[in-house]
Amino acid sequence: MASLIPCPHCGSRPKEEFVVKGAAIPRPAPDAGADAWFGYVYLRDNPRGPYDEFWHHTSGCRRWLIVTRDTVTHDIYASRDAAKIGEATP
Amino acid sequence: MKPYRLAKGGLIDRKQPLSFTFDGKPMKGFSGDTLASALLANGQQFVGRSFKYHRPRGILTAGAAEPNALVTVGQGGRSEPNTRATMQELYEGLEAISQNRWPSLAYDVGAVDGLLSPFLSAGFYYKTFMWPAAFWERVYEPIIRKAAGLGKASYETDPDLYEKCWAHCDLLVIGAGITGLIAALSAGRAGKRVVLIDENAALGAYLLSESSRIDGQPAATFAGTLVAELEDLPNVDLKRATTGFGWYDGNVFGAVERTAGHVAASSGPTLVGRLWRIAAKKAILATGAEERPLVFGGNDIPGVTMAGAMRSYLNRFAVAPGARTAVFTTNDSGYALAADLEAAGVDVAAVIDSRVDASVVYGGKARLVRGGYISDAHGGKAVRRVDLWREGRIERLDVDSVAMSGGFSPVIHLACHRGGRPRWSDAHAAFLAPNGLTDLVLAGSAAGISGLAACAASGLAQAAAALADLGVTTPPMAVPKVEHEYSPQPTKPLWSIPGVKTKAFVDFQNDVHRQDLGLAVREGYEHVELAKRYTTNGMATDQGKLSNVNAIGLIAEARGVSPADVGTTTFRPFYTPVSFGALAGTSHGAQFQPVRKSPLHDWAAKNGAAFVETGLWYRSSWFSRPAEKGWRESVDREVLNVRANAGICDVSMLGKIEIRGVDAAEFLNRVYANAFLKLPVGKARYGLMLREDGFVYDDGTTSRLAEDRYFMTTTTAYAAGVLTHLEFCAQTLWPELDVRLASVTDQWAQMAVAGPKSRAVLQHIVDADLDNLAFPFLAAQDVSLFDGKLKGLLFRISFSGELAYELAVPAGFGESVADAVMEVGKVHGIQPYGVEALNVLRIEKGHVTHNEIDGTTVPADLGLAKMVSSGKRDFIGKHMLSREGLSDRGRPQLVGVVPIDPASSFRSGAHILEKSAAPTLENDQGYITSSCYSPHVGSVIGLALVKRGAARHGEEVTVWNGLRSELTPARLVDPVFIDPVHEKLHA
Repeated sequence: MASLIPCPHCGSRPKEEFVVKGAAIPRPAPDAGADAWFGYVYLRDNPRGPYDEFWHHTSGCRRWLIVTRDTVTHDIYASRDAAKIGEATP
Repeated sequence: MKPYRLAKGGLIDRKQPLSFTFDGKPMKGFSGDTLASALLANGQQFVGRSFKYHRPRGILTAGAAEPNALVTVGQGGRSEPNTRATMQELYEGLEAISQNRWPSLAYDVGAVDGLLSPFLSAGFYYKTFMWPAAFWERVYEPIIRKAAGLGKASYETDPDLYEKCWAHCDLLVIGAGITGLIAALSAGRAGKRVVLIDENAALGAYLLSESSRIDGQPAATFAGTLVAELEDLPNVDLKRATTGFGWYDGNVFGAVERTAGHVAASSGPTLVGRLWRIAAKKAILATGAEERPLVFGGNDIPGVTMAGAMRSYLNRFAVAPGARTAVFTTNDSGYALAADLEAAGVDVAAVIDSRVDASVVYGGKARLVRGGYISDAHGGKAVRRVDLWREGRIERLDVDSVAMSGGFSPVIHLACHRGGRPRWSDAHAAFLAPNGLTDLVLAGSAAGISGLAACAASGLAQAAAALADLGVTTPPMAVPKVEHEYSPQPTKPLWSIPGVKTKAFVDFQNDVHRQDLGLAVREGYEHVELAKRYTTNGMATDQGKLSNVNAIGLIAEARGVSPADVGTTTFRPFYTPVSFGALAGTSHGAQFQPVRKSPLHDWAAKNGAAFVETGLWYRSSWFSRPAEKGWRESVDREVLNVRANAGICDVSMLGKIEIRGVDAAEFLNRVYANAFLKLPVGKARYGLMLREDGFVYDDGTTSRLAEDRYFMTTTTAYAAGVLTHLEFCAQTLWPELDVRLASVTDQWAQMAVAGPKSRAVLQHIVDADLDNLAFPFLAAQDVSLFDGKLKGLLFRISFSGELAYELAVPAGFGESVADAVMEVGKVHGIQPYGVEALNVLRIEKGHVTHNEIDGTTVPADLGLAKMVSSGKRDFIGKHMLSREGLSDRGRPQLVGVVPIDPASSFRSGAHILEKSAAPTLENDQGYITSSCYSPHVGSVIGLALVKRGAARHGEEVTVWNGLRSELTPARLVDPVFIDPVHEKLHA
């Protein structure tokens, strides 16, 4: 019904403009080994509380974002461009 | 005596009489009436039958919580079932029809009280109609459904319009009573952006029904003054007839505005509803409090009314309840009603106060009974008498109307919509909003505060606090002075009433009475969530606005605990029902979803195309000719003509993505499973894209038009998905690569020109030499057309297996270029062909689509193992593709299928069995993924995914279609049915 996502490029926008992909976890190195790749593709935490997710501003700037969302309340604590995935959460 | 209109008084406009009908009976009302007040003024207090027992029911409230007075209003597509008469403004010509009665309101064959009611107790549908089991669907359910119910929805289309909007403000105030008006005004005077919404068309809420005076004026006049100032403030937005129905994350509120009071049957489409999403920095819930009914026997008989509602009808609408009224109250508010009734000349038989120690000073004539109760009301279609119970003795009082007040429940619904639980307060004798709310506060009686002056002070204080959070100081405003008020301070709640002999209703709309709740507790359904479902208390369209707190109190009493220990059920949006029309907004009919038409749509249409919807696209399926007797005949002709001469097909809907950047080659090399780094400029390559889990995601061709410029095509269905995927890869996985992506699907009109004569056709319009050496298979270049008049892109790629090209031109030139191709191709026998023929051509050639790339296949399954690069260190899907299950020898593999008897056939989805095996799951060998009639082979052919299929060419099998009970002997063959050595492509 509602929900606003703060896009670092476009400002606060309704969730209908976005598509969520799921956990924002970094892609392993090519030689990381079978376990690391299996974890990346199939294993997800299911936390109660803040969770970093990839969101795509599909109907806006078309940038991928990392949105820190509370899985209980849907509160959004932070959002940043996904190119900053290697950097620590602000 | 029935209710009647007083000769003077009220806020109705007696100069504007209105005519309306109820069940066809003509009646009169005035502008300013609600349907409910007008019905009462006409003496019509019996307005509906109850849900389960079909008992006569009257108008219980004057507001949104009304459980009884539900009627169908309007006609045809504009009819609105379950309209609360208390919320419907009267208009000229209104037609209201009562519900849930047959054949008529007065004579109802379903009135089962006393006959079947022993079988309709709590949980009856779990108990009574269990045996025989077969009777449920055929006998019991249809009978129950006919007997129980609400109004009927129209089958006609709603002709009216709805829209959706966003609003943004510093402060949202919900509820325009004294609390909300004052809060909004103080914020408005401070210059902040304020939105004030109220569910009623007239602002002022209960001030319009009050007899108290505020700042020396009648309460309604005082409200009018505040509203007038608010209307003059440009930074304040007043939304009347707008119900706030939900509170959502981000402090966004949902509201529905009824933008037109009513629309005449003859009117054209009219905007009637607007769905608002209001993003508020701060919000104040000033939604007031709901008066609680008292649970005595016969408390549902027409003529029994909530005390506050009776006072509303009396003061605001000038409607007296009858000649002689009994007032039954647990608090001081009953005295305010009694005083107003006496002032209007209605005889008050008694004010029956359940408190022994009530200290209220009453100046009227009415008899005051302390420590007394009404144990039962009597009467059929109207109340005639009540039993006054006092210390075990019963006294009969002859009355024609009864008012009841069991205290007040703050309207806290929205404050609980985000997961917070209401908390019981003994001091307030009510559930209050959860603690720890963010950016939302409650004020006035919604916060459990009593009295007009105290509510006003609360509104001021909460507005000041909200604005202080935004760094704004509010100008000082005086709390208004209130005279002649009976301020109902909270009193000890009264749940069960002694001496009750008849059915005492808790949930009026769902016909749940006191004994049902006792039964639920005795039978072990004492948890509030279980009791709700077992008894259906609170599950009607009013969502228990009047009944839930009483039910909780009665359960608490039966269990010997506090209501705090029982707790409440979950509050969820919507506060009141919202029509589907408002929720759908403009998304219905032709506007349900966008229609995508190719730039060649008009060209296809004028050439006789039949169109098929694929996703949002309209694609040309085939082009029929006058003598042809069916689609198959057209498709066969189109296919044979491509193989013999040349055809032209619209392929504009394929996804097209332009990729640029210094690192574009490296990027493509990482997103495709096959090698792309060394693709030369001027060449196209078939590319296979995997998902990270190793399965095939999509395929298409990508052409290198310049060193740093590529043109990618995707399948139609995955055009949007592939672009999003590529953006994910570029932005998230490899942000260090210099690459830019743009969708150019809509910028190019693209046509396939296929067939042995396609070169000759295109050479007429393409300036460059198309000789096989100059423009070989997989050539891809910018070309000039029509002696330099137009630039386009030409690709020598083939989906059909023939010598073929795809020509892309700027979208606006698509139709004229296609016309030109048809014109110059005439001598070569060119014909248009559609997606049906395209599909036949590709199945004959063994090319895969998403029928085969179905999310379960890896490249090897499709015979494409050799495409996967072994030399690349990394690409999407590489690391999971090597899992042992994905290279298992028994995996399904792509194979062709032909019937042994060319006259027999099979369909896609049919399963493959060994020749004489029984159709069991264990024997399943795979299934047909694509099938068509091949005019080239002369029979149906298919592609299939069959276990070890690539090694089984020549094997006889059975194709089994369990849905149609068809068994077709067939043979597995090479999936390439034409030109297996690919000579035609290179011709």
